[in-house]
Amino acid sequence: MFIVKHKKIFIGISIALVLFSIVSLFVFGLKVGIDFKGGALTEVVYKTERPKQVALNQSLDALNFGSMLLQPTGDFGYIVKSRDLNDAEHAQLLRTLGDSDILTETSFSSIGPPIGRELTRKAIMALILISLAIIAFIAFAFRKVSQPVKSWKYGLIAIVTLLHDVMIPIGLFVALSHYYGAEVDTLFVVAILTILGLSVSDTIVIFDRIRENLRNEAHIEKASFSDIVGKSLGQSFVRSICTSLTVILVLLALFFFGPITTKYFALILTTGMFFGTYSSIFLASPLLVWVEEWQKK
Amino acid sequence: MIKKLILAFFILLLGASVALFVYKTEPKLNKNFETQRAFFKKFPFRLGCDLSNGSFLTYKADVSAVPTGQATESMDALRDVIERRINIFGVSEPVVQVENGGLISGGGEKLIICLPGVTDVKKATEMIGQTPVLEFKTEAPKDAPQSVTVDENGVANLSIGSLYSPTELTGRYLQKATLTFNDTTREPQVSLQFDDTGTKLFAKITKENIGKTVAIYLDGSPVSVPVVREEIPNGQAVISGSFTPAEAKLLVGRLNSGALPVPISLLSTQTIGATLGEKAINAGVKATIIGFLLIALFLILWYRLPGLIAVLSLSIFVSIILSLFKLLPVTLTAAGIAGFIISMGVAVDANVLIFERVKEELRSGRTIADAVKLGFSRAWLSIRDSNISNLITALILFWFGTSLIKGFALTLGMGVIVSMFSAIIITRIFLSALILIGEGKVARFLFSSGISK
Repeated sequence: MFIVKHKKIFIGISIALVLFSIVSLFVFGLKVGIDFKGGALTEVVYKTERPKQVALNQSLDALNFGSMLLQPTGDFGYIVKSRDLNDAEHAQLLRTLGDSDILTETSFSSIGPPIGRELTRKAIMALILISLAIIAFIAFAFRKVSQPVKSWKYGLIAIVTLLHDVMIPIGLFVALSHYYGAEVDTLFVVAILTILGLSVSDTIVIFDRIRENLRNEAHIEKASFSDIVGKSLGQSFVRSICTSLTVILVLLALFFFGPITTKYFALILTTGMFFGTYSSIFLASPLLVWVEEWQKK
Repeated sequence: MIKKLILAFFILLLGASVALFVYKTEPKLNKNFETQRAFFKKFPFRLGCDLSNGSFLTYKADVSAVPTGQATESMDALRDVIERRINIFGVSEPVVQVENGGLISGGGEKLIICLPGVTDVKKATEMIGQTPVLEFKTEAPKDAPQSVTVDENGVANLSIGSLYSPTELTGRYLQKATLTFNDTTREPQVSLQFDDTGTKLFAKITKENIGKTVAIYLDGSPVSVPVVREEIPNGQAVISGSFTPAEAKLLVGRLNSGALPVPISLLSTQTIGATLGEKAINAGVKATIIGFLLIALFLILWYRLPGLIAVLSLSIFVSIILSLFKLLPVTLTAAGIAGFIISMGVAVDANVLIFERVKEELRSGRTIADAVKLGFSRAWLSIRDSNISNLITALILFWFGTSLIKGFALTLGMGVIVSMFSAIIITRIFLSALILIGEGKVARFLFSSGISK
């Protein structure tokens, strides 16, 4: 199997991709949305023509609501980002943007900082719990395979590939947020957490085959571990790609035709699924063989 | 063999009837929806706030004053009061939910309110925050100090507040308010019935103030200042301001809905404009249909006959999920629709695993019947394991999430569970029946997959 044979190249590609993501994370920084830090988002659409951004910025500054960000959206709309606003401030902002007969407010959300803090805490808790649960599950699923690689090492490798699958979409998102203004919101966190579940299920399909072949061929002294892994990979990479393909197909439908609110969500998941499949085939199994060879030394 | 055919036919019939149910209960699909029997009108999709053009409010409830262990009760009472208040204003299908701040997730008790159709946040918060303050005041003693204020135009104002002094009797002791009409003038009035404590207080007040006036204050201003003629021992009073019938009815509703059991403060608001929700729904439906077609195309091209069977069980899967959304009901949000769409992709995973296995068994020279049988039993382990990891994620997300995350986790989790049934049991029944086509060359071609012949 060429993948096992050239494992160093593929492990290298993955390391490069992850490093690239980490660098982009540090260079661009993660932009956090109002879901987490609190604030208000007002979206308006003008009926015929929208006022000039410069003029509007001046009248917005006069409101003294602290720093405000005015972003054009569509052909006739603006999005105003500010700190969280109460009813009176909200009404004041709308009046500043224009009379109610020249514009309509398409959406408004104001989130107090306490909610943001709570969501952050919940997201971190969910991330920790899901990771722990999946680690426990992997350890359980592979408890019976212990020759020649111990079952906890399967688990460890599954987790390494998980990190890989999560880091790359994050890196991509950071770049997106830098160029297109996407922000980390609740759905972003959900997407990352869902990738954890989807990606591990893909790795399991291949590990499962290795597990089965190891059981069946345990008596054959000649078959080396890397041969068995290579053979398992050859037998199962088509199904691994096909199972991911079905999910990627619906995600692409969601990205291109779905609601605007879930666009970035679908994009992150698609990347996650893609690299999840990639890592199951090109990273997890090569790593497994590498660990076994390293053990022998 | 006949048994297998009958079973397959039965499942097909069952699937068709579930699909028919979804069709019949959906006004957008069924052109004759209006003329349907009432039964079919009872199951619309329940749309979340982000899809139904409305306001979404999150309140923090301060339960620090409530004795420990009674927080849940007072939150339920709070929900009831707020629901009653919203109902008075005739908002269709409001959703009021209590979000408990668990030990782990933290964040205190919260109340989440969704008001479909109300895009004016100000109106919405007023609707919820309004507590009618009902007070009974008696004439202040003549020698009590009266406050006179002189405004900037030099006009002296005698504050009426100082003419009356407050009593203990307030709306707290109100048992019930009803709308009645005056026997002689036919004017609308609001009749009050006090509870036991209120009755005693009212009897005392009326006894001590015979011949004097008692002022009934609503929200800080007097609405009615009747003269007491005799002691009233039965705890009944009448407010006869000059109300219009509509005003009187609203007041009755507000008085009956009562005061909030715990103080609340607004944490966040969200409004979805008039066309945004509809756009999101249409886009969601479009993405679902296109996603379904893409999967169907892939399955049939790649897996041929078994692929067709998988499309059939996927259709049954979609029908079951949609009818569950209607029956339970599940509140659908944009994230929830995304969860459902993803679950379609996950649902056929099991079929893919089975079919790949069947193909492998066929290659090793088994008959179609044996290959199908073995394919199912050997693929089971990896199907189980890969679904469990998705279920773990869905479960934890559901446990932790805010309502947005919950919607996604619920639809995804439901999808994963139902798909285990549809992709394994239903597909197996159909495939077992199809084995009848024999072992000919055509049959083997139909059961192969990929680009092979």
